[in-house]
Amino acid sequence: MTTDLSTKIFASVPDAEGRFGVYGGKFVAETLMSALSELEALYRKLADDPEFQRELDEDLAHYVGRPSPLYEARRWSDRVGGARILLKREDLNHTGAHKVNNTVGQALLAKHMGKRRVIAETGAGQHGVATATIAARLGLECHVFMGEEDVRRQALNVYRMKLLGATVVPVTSGSRTLKDAMNEAMRDWVTNVDDTFYIIGTVAGPHPYPMLVRDFQCVIGREARAQSLAQTGRLPDALVACVGGGSNAIGLFHPFLEDESVAMYGVEAGGHGVASGEHAAPLTAGTPGVLHGNRTYLMQDEDGQIMHTHSVSAGLDYPGVGPEHSWLKDVGRVNYVTADDAEALAAFHDLTRTEGIMPALESAHALAYAGRLAATMTPEQTIIVNLSGRGDKDIHTVADIDGMDF
Amino acid sequence: MSKIAGRFQQLAAQGRKALVPYIVAGDPNLASTVPLMHALVAAGADIIELGVPFSDPMSEGPVIQKAHERALASGARLRDALAMVATFREQDSETPVLLMGYANPVEHMGYARFADQAAAVGLDGLLTVDIPPEEVAGVNAELHRVGMDNIFLIAPTTPKARIESIVNQASGFIYYVALKGVTGAGNLDAEDVARHLAHIREATTLPLAVGFGIKDAESARRVGATADGVVVGSALVDVIAQAAAGGASQEDLLRVAAELVASIRSGLDSIAS
Repeated sequence: MTTDLSTKIFASVPDAEGRFGVYGGKFVAETLMSALSELEALYRKLADDPEFQRELDEDLAHYVGRPSPLYEARRWSDRVGGARILLKREDLNHTGAHKVNNTVGQALLAKHMGKRRVIAETGAGQHGVATATIAARLGLECHVFMGEEDVRRQALNVYRMKLLGATVVPVTSGSRTLKDAMNEAMRDWVTNVDDTFYIIGTVAGPHPYPMLVRDFQCVIGREARAQSLAQTGRLPDALVACVGGGSNAIGLFHPFLEDESVAMYGVEAGGHGVASGEHAAPLTAGTPGVLHGNRTYLMQDEDGQIMHTHSVSAGLDYPGVGPEHSWLKDVGRVNYVTADDAEALAAFHDLTRTEGIMPALESAHALAYAGRLAATMTPEQTIIVNLSGRGDKDIHTVADIDGMDF
Repeated sequence: MSKIAGRFQQLAAQGRKALVPYIVAGDPNLASTVPLMHALVAAGADIIELGVPFSDPMSEGPVIQKAHERALASGARLRDALAMVATFREQDSETPVLLMGYANPVEHMGYARFADQAAAVGLDGLLTVDIPPEEVAGVNAELHRVGMDNIFLIAPTTPKARIESIVNQASGFIYYVALKGVTGAGNLDAEDVARHLAHIREATTLPLAVGFGIKDAESARRVGATADGVVVGSALVDVIAQAAAGGASQEDLLRVAAELVASIRSGLDSIAS
C-alpha cells in the first residue's frame, strides 16, 4: 500500500468509531461501553476548551518540567559513525520517563469527571509510578496492577509506588506480566466503574484511549520538531523510538507524519531474536487480532490464543501494540524493525559510557537501532531518538546479566 | 424458529424457567466435557453454554479464569469445543448449545469458517463477551447466513437508547448481566435485577436470561421470579474444580455437577407460574 500524504489522512484517524483503518475499535464487555462513551464525550469537549489546555500546559511546564531538551549526543554519534544523533530527553521528566505526560492529562480528565479513585496497569513500573505520583498530588486513591513476574523484576519501582501511597496489586494469572496486569485492571474497572477512572498507560485499549493517550504524548514530537528547526535549522532525516504498546513512539512520530522527508523507525523488542520465537515484536512477526479492547497486530498462535512474550525490558514485554501503529505499518508510513536483548544491552552500556546518560532498557532498543541506521547515513544528516526513560530502574537487571551480586 | 427460541417458547408455554449451566470446554480435561454436558441435561438443564478457553479471559472472576487455564493446559481450543458439540449431538439432537467466549479465537478462525463449522456440528448460538453491537456487523452477517443466534449482553450500565439498538441486533435471548463486575461476584440484588428486566421488556419480546452471581437454588428462585431463565457459571465450575482437585473420578465429577444443577432446577420449578 502507498501513502498519499497530500490527503492529510493522518489527521483523519481515528474515525467516529475509534478505528484506524481496520484497527482499533471498542472490543469490551457491555458493562464498560457507557463509561467509554462518557469519557469520549468529555474528552472531545475538553480538548477544545482553552481552560483545560491551560491547566494541562501549566502542569507540563511546572510539574513535569517541560520542554525536555533535545540533546546532541556528539561522542556517541562519533562512536557509531555516520549521521548526527540527537536525543529527545524524556528521561529528564519528573518520574523519569515520558509516561507522566499522559498520566497528568488523564488525571485532569478524572478530576473533571469527579472520580475519587484511579487504577493503572504497569509493566516496568514507570506508568505505575507516574500514575501513583499524580494520584498523590491530586489526593486520589490509587491501585496499580502489576504482573507478579514484573513485581519481582522491578522491585525498586514497586517500592516507589508504595511510598507514594498507592496499593500495588500483584497479578498471578496467565503469564504474570503486563498483559495480565491489563486484564486485571479491566476486571477492577468493570467492578468499580461508577467511582473509578482507568488511566491506561499506552496507546492501546478500547477507543477513546489510543486517541487520547496519543494526543497527550504528542507534546514530545511538537517540541522535538520546533527544537530541531531551531537547533539544526532543519527537520530531522529520521526518527527512532522503541515500541511496546507504542506511546512514546506515537508521541514523537505523530507531529511529523505529514513531513514526507522524515523517515520513521519503530523498534520492537527482538528478545532472543525474532527467529527464536522468544520476542515481543507483533508488528514484525505477528498477525491482526483482538485483545484488550482493540483490533491490532498480536503475537498469537494458530488457535488465536495470545502467546507469551520475551524481552529483557519489562516495558516492551507485551504481545499487542497500539492500533495506530498497526495502521501506520499497513499504510507504509512507519518502518517497524527490531533490536534484540543483546543489542539493547550493548547500547545501554555505550550511551552510559560515552555520554554519561543511562537509558532505560526500553529506550536502549531505539538507541541500538539508531546506531545501526546512523552508520548507513552521512554526517550532514540527523536522527532524533526518543530517549523515553532513564535507566536507574534497570540497574538490577543489568547487574544480574553482568553477574554482579549486591 | 431457532432451537434456542423454540426452547424458550416451549418453557414459557409450560410456565417454566430456562436453566442454562456454563462449563468450560476441556475443564478439567478433554474427556470429561461431553459426559458433563449430558449429565447437566439429565439433571434439568435446558440450554448448555460451553465456554471457549482463552488465554486472556478479561470478564471472568478467579474461578472461571482458573477453569480457562486448566482447559488450555489440557489442550482445549476453539476447534475442540466445536468437536465436543459434534460428539454431544450424536446422542442429543434437541438441547440447544451455545458457545461463550472472546472475540480473538473466533476472529482468528475467520467468521465465515467459524459459521460453517458451527453449523456443521449443530451449534445453535454464539456469545462473545467483547464484541459489542458497534463491532458486530461482520460476525453477525456470517452467523445469520447459517441461521445461528448471536446472544448479546445487556448490563446494569446500559442506557435505554443502547438497549434498543442491542435488542434490534439480537436473537435467541438476551443475557442480562446482573451486576457490575466479573463472573462469580457475590453481590446479587434480585430487586435491582427485576427493575432492569422491566426496562428491557419495554424494548423487546425476546426472552431474558440472567447471569453473574446466581449460585444456588435460592438465588435462582429469586432472580427467576422475573427472568425467563438463569445462567449458572462460577458456582458450577467451582464444584467441578473442587471435585477434580480432590482427585474425584469422572463419575463423581458428573455427580456433583448434576446435584448442583438438579438443586437449582428445583429452585426454579418452585416458582409459581
